[in-house]
Formats: sequence, structure tokens, C-alpha cells
Amino acid sequence: MVPLSWYMVLGAVVFAIGVFGFLSRKNIIIVFMSIELMLNAVNINLISMSHYIQDLRGQILAFFVIAVAAAEAAIGLAIVIALFRNKATAHVDEVKEMQG
Amino acid sequence: MNFQLPDLAPMMPELVMTALALVVLLADLLIRKKEVIALISMAGVAFVALTLFYAPGGATFGTMYISDGYSTFFKVIFFINVILSVLISIKYIAVERVNYGEYYSLILFSTIGMMIMASAGDLIVLYLGLELMALSTYVLAGFIRHDIKSNEAALKYFLLGAFSSAFLLYGISLVYGLTGTTDIKAIASFISEKGLADNLSLLLSVAFLVVAFGFKIAAAPFHMWAPDVYEGAPTSITAFMSVGPKAAGFAVLGRVFMVAFASAKVDWAVILIPVAILTMAVGNIVALSQTNIKRMLAYSSIAHAGYALLGIITANNDGLASMMNYLMIYAFMNIGAFAVIIMLRSEGFKGDNISDYEGLAKTHPLAAMLMLIFMFSLTGIPPTAGFIGKLYIFMSAINAGYTWLVVIAVIFSAISAYFYLRIVMYMYMKEPKTDVSLTTSFSNGVALAVTTVAVLVIGVLPASLLELAKAAISGF
Amino acid sequence: MIQQAFFAYFAFVITILSLLIVTRKNPVHSVMWMLLLFFHIAGMYLFLNAEFMAAIQVIVYAGGILVLFLFAVLLVNIREELQIGKYIGAAPTSFTFAVGLFVVIVMSLRSFVAAPPGIYSIELIKQETHTKALGKLLYTEFLYPFEVASLILLVAIIGAIVLAKRRLKS
Repeated sequence: MVPLSWYMVLGAVVFAIGVFGFLSRKNIIIVFMSIELMLNAVNINLISMSHYIQDLRGQILAFFVIAVAAAEAAIGLAIVIALFRNKATAHVDEVKEMQG
Repeated sequence: MNFQLPDLAPMMPELVMTALALVVLLADLLIRKKEVIALISMAGVAFVALTLFYAPGGATFGTMYISDGYSTFFKVIFFINVILSVLISIKYIAVERVNYGEYYSLILFSTIGMMIMASAGDLIVLYLGLELMALSTYVLAGFIRHDIKSNEAALKYFLLGAFSSAFLLYGISLVYGLTGTTDIKAIASFISEKGLADNLSLLLSVAFLVVAFGFKIAAAPFHMWAPDVYEGAPTSITAFMSVGPKAAGFAVLGRVFMVAFASAKVDWAVILIPVAILTMAVGNIVALSQTNIKRMLAYSSIAHAGYALLGIITANNDGLASMMNYLMIYAFMNIGAFAVIIMLRSEGFKGDNISDYEGLAKTHPLAAMLMLIFMFSLTGIPPTAGFIGKLYIFMSAINAGYTWLVVIAVIFSAISAYFYLRIVMYMYMKEPKTDVSLTTSFSNGVALAVTTVAVLVIGVLPASLLELAKAAISGF
Repeated sequence: MIQQAFFAYFAFVITILSLLIVTRKNPVHSVMWMLLLFFHIAGMYLFLNAEFMAAIQVIVYAGGILVLFLFAVLLVNIREELQIGKYIGAAPTSFTFAVGLFVVIVMSLRSFVAAPPGIYSIELIKQETHTKALGKLLYTEFLYPFEVASLILLVAIIGAIVLAKRRLKS
């Protein structure tokens, strides 16, 4: 039997990689994919916990996370397209109309 | 297996509000004059506010939905916020050439999300309410599709919002693994039963929740999105989201920390105190150098989150009541200030630079006087409501033994006088440079009248509102 | 033993694929690696007796979300993309932060104690089938969040149309 902590370390690895991608990449779409990585890390956590503590609540939450991720992807890419109409760039560091 | 539908009576406000949002969405197909849709939404929200007082209290769907005084008080703030925001939007979105009916239904959907958050008794419901609120607000922030600033605001708000909700989920997953439940009350009893209060993983999950809620209330160091988003978003939406999502963030912050992590109290106070100090410092100091008024009010809104956090840190009913009182007052004075700002926007003139206010008292004395009242209130000068709000927050913090924290808050509050009164100085002491013409409308006038009266009346007769907040919290 | 071996395989591949996603220069490659990643995560869910979750992982993530990503990638000028650097200036700080975060999480996980087991034992789920057990819960105990999720999807539809439709009537 694989201990629960292994899964949680795997979740932490994927989460940290997602955080790194989010904070370091230029391309908006890859930044966005990094967020999906983080959400998947959470789902790994939730589903493995749910299995080990024999309770389905975690999987229910993971189910909702996937549903919301789909909604988020739709909105996020619509925002990227709206931005693209006005300025043909997909790089976070070029989106700086406002500086304070 | 038999399934019985739970008692729907306590959640009547949410149900009616959802029906209203759907009706508004459909009405957009049939009605050409968008002002009518705005009217339908405002009348509908007023009706929902009525159902709020007739719906029985109590929990339903297990304890996933809780209707108590605490949630009712916050819902009143959300209703005030949505009605005032719609009032100031009607003319403005026509000026910005985005007069679409979806605007109003998205505002209503966002408010439903806030209501769900305020009533959430379960972390799953809390998460979904938060996403409903946030997704609608992302779209609203980018509503002026032909304006690149608005696109940029939506993009930044979206990316950082999604990032913070990933942190929220990671925190929830840790809590779930530790306690085996997501029910807020059950978490509390499990933690105190098993003596998990000083568990490191629990502390980490608390820290992650602070990060996530800190993003929503724009507390430093999670505030980076606020200035850009506030500046780029449509002004009416800036007003809407500087009050609504912030109040909703405080509502869940209060409930999760005071109930679920009640026994781990010392731990989260240790995390929140530096956050509050940093928030007040960043908000007040960076605001000094701003030249754009929306941006300045963004930093001001960060600073106000810092003051309101003091109410949570005191961690007693008194502190929470003064925090709720403060947020209600903040709703009036902040939307009032935005109602003045929105008047300066006219066809072909942005009007969001602080220098545009030079000499306003000479050309438009009434607008300048109203702005003066709101600036005084935001600074916290008597006899305005802002003074009362700050006074109660500071008093409850002193009573809880945080005198040194209050001293810091008062110092920052004094610094804030500089940038608020600078606007007043510009309006009254300088000569008009540019020819500013105001875009006035009946609805905006109503919003201004309501907010001005509220700011002055609460400032003179503060007791009843605070009593209301105290009564609301008593059954917490 | 066989379980450990499978876990080791999945964990290794998932880590490598995640790293590939955030380090590839060409966003199309990233999307493709992500497709592979989602299949591996779904495979791991099967090992955790969560076959319904594995199915929707493939259907929603790989079938829905990734297609949206591919559409968005079409907007990017790949040739120009390959010319310029892929990281922003603060990348070393981000790397330090991510590593620090990982260390903090792992350190605090050492004090992690799993909650006592609940009623959904492996036998019970086997007997009732996973999809049925989950579905029953979803439509009874979790009906309220389920309805809220439907509102979220509605807002996503409205929002995407409002933002991305070429012409709106006013």
C-alpha cells in the first residue's frame, strides 16, 4: 500500500511547479496553464485524501473544481481574445497600459 | 433511498435574486431601453431585500446554508452596494458606449455569489460562491471591450484571482485531509476535540486561506492587482467591486476564522497582525504619489481594508460588529466618492486625473462640496460617518488590548489626510485650468443624495447602526 | 510492491510533464504535454478507486479545456514566440519562491495526520459502484453546491459571449 504522504508530496511538487510557471512565464496562455496545473495538484490531494480517509466529500469538491476550471477557462480565454483585438500580444510583460 | 428536499424557506432571498437575475437576462432580449432593465433590477433588489426580513432564519441543506443576523447584515450591505452601483451606472455605461443588458444581470449574479459566501456554512459552498462572484466581476471589469485599459484590468484581475483561488483550494484540501470534513462548525469541533490547534499543517492551511481572502479584500502583500484593476475597470464597476467583493471577503474571513479556527486563534492573529500593518502602510503611503484619482482610491481602499482587519484581529463580537459597521459606512462614502468621479467622465473626456479637479469649487460648487464631504469621511473627520466607523474599530481594538496597533493605525490615518485633503485643496484653492463639464443624470443625483445623507446622518447619529450590527452579531 | 512501482511511474511522469509544460518555449508543445499529463493524472485516479473522476478528468480537461487552450494558442504568432525569451525578468526570484513554498509545504506535511476513516470503505464503493455512490451524494447531500455550480457555468457562457462576441446589439 502506498502511503498517503507520497501522494501529498506529489501534489506539492505539481503545485510548486505551477506556482513557478505562473510567476515566471511571459506567455499568458502558459501562465494560465500553470494555474490549471495548480488546480490539478489540488485535485490529486483531494482525491487521494478522499480514498485514504474513506469519505467521498473530497471527490465531490474535486468534481466542482473541474467544473469551475472549465468555466474559468472559458472566461479567461474570452478575456485574452478581447485583449487581442485591441493589442496583438500574448505576453504579460507587454500588457502595461497603466503604471503607477 | 428516499430523498426529501430540504426546507427552502430560509434561502428565499437567494432564490428570488436568482430568479431576478434570470428575468433580467431574458428581459434584455425584449426590452430595447436599457434604463428599463436597470429599473427592473433595482426594484427587484428592493423586493429581495424585503424577503430578507420575512424569510425565517436558520440553517438548511444540512448546515451548508446558514441564515443568521451576521449574514443578513452583510446581505444588506450587498444590496445597498448593488442598488447604488446600478444608479451610478445607467448614464455612465451609455457614455462609455457599452449599454448592454448583460451588464445588469452580471452585477446581479455577482451579488448572488456574495450572498452565498456570506451564508456559507461549508467550505465547498464558500468556494463556489466565491467563484460565482469572482467570475462575474472579471467579466464586468473587462466590460468596455474596445478599451485596452479595461481589457488589461480584466486580465490582471482574472489571472491573480484564479491564482488566489488555487491557494484557497490547497488550503481547503489540507483542512479536509486533517479533519475529514468541510463543514465549518464540524471543523471547529474536530480541531478542539483532537487538539489539532498547533498542528503545522493546519497553520499552513490557515496561511493559505489568509492569502486567498487577502486577495479578495486587497490586503497587502496581496494587493498588487488592485491599483491596475481599479484604474482600468469601468468606474461604476470599480465602485461596485471596491465594496461588494471586499465586504464578502470580510464576511467569510470572519466566519471561517471565528468559527472554524476558533481554537487556533493565536495562530491566525499572529499571521493577520503583520498583514494589517503592512496593508495600512502600503495603502496610505503609496496613495500619496498617485496622479490618477481611481488609482488613489484603489490605494485608499487597500488602506481601509487594513483598518477593517483590526476588527477581525480583536476576535470578539465587539470587534466583528465594529468591522461590519465600518464596511456599511465604507459602502456609502466610497460609492459616493465614485458617484462624483463618474460625473466628470463625459464624451471625449476621461476626467480621472487629480488635476482635473483643480478649481472645481468655482465651476461646479455643489459637486465640489459633495466631494469634500466624501473626502472628509474617508479621512475620518467628524461629523462624518467615516469618523464614527474608525472610532468604533479603534475602540474595540483598544478594549481587546491592542493599543499599540491602534496607535499605528492612527498614525497612518493621519498620513491619509494628506492625499484626501489634497483633492479638497485642489478643488477649493486652485484656479480652474481645464473646462470640465459634468455629466449629470437623475439616477446619479439620487445616488449622490442617498450617500450624502447616509454619510452625514450616520456621522451625527451613529448609535442605531452600531446597535444593529451588535444585534446582528449576537447570535453568531 | 506492484502498487509502489505504478505510483513511482505515475509520480515520475507527472513531475517531468509538469516541468515540461512550464519550460517549453512553444506553447503548442506545452498544450500537447499537458494532454499527456491529464491522461496520467486520470490513470492515477483509477489507482485511487475513483473511476468517475478519471473519466471526467479525461472528458472535461483533455476534451474541453485543452481544446480551448489550443484555440487560444492559434492567436499567438509562434514564429515570433520562438524568437524572444520565455521568462520575465523576475524568474530567478519566482524559482526561489516556488522552491521555498515546496519546502514549507513538505515540512508542514510531516505533522499531517489523516482524519479517521469515514463510512465509504473500498468494499462499500465496490459494492455500490463509484459513479452511483458519488451521484447519490451529489444529488442529495450536495444538491445546493451543485445548483450553485450550474449558475457558475451560466455566468461563464454569458461572460464569454459578452467579451468575445464580435458585435453586440445595444
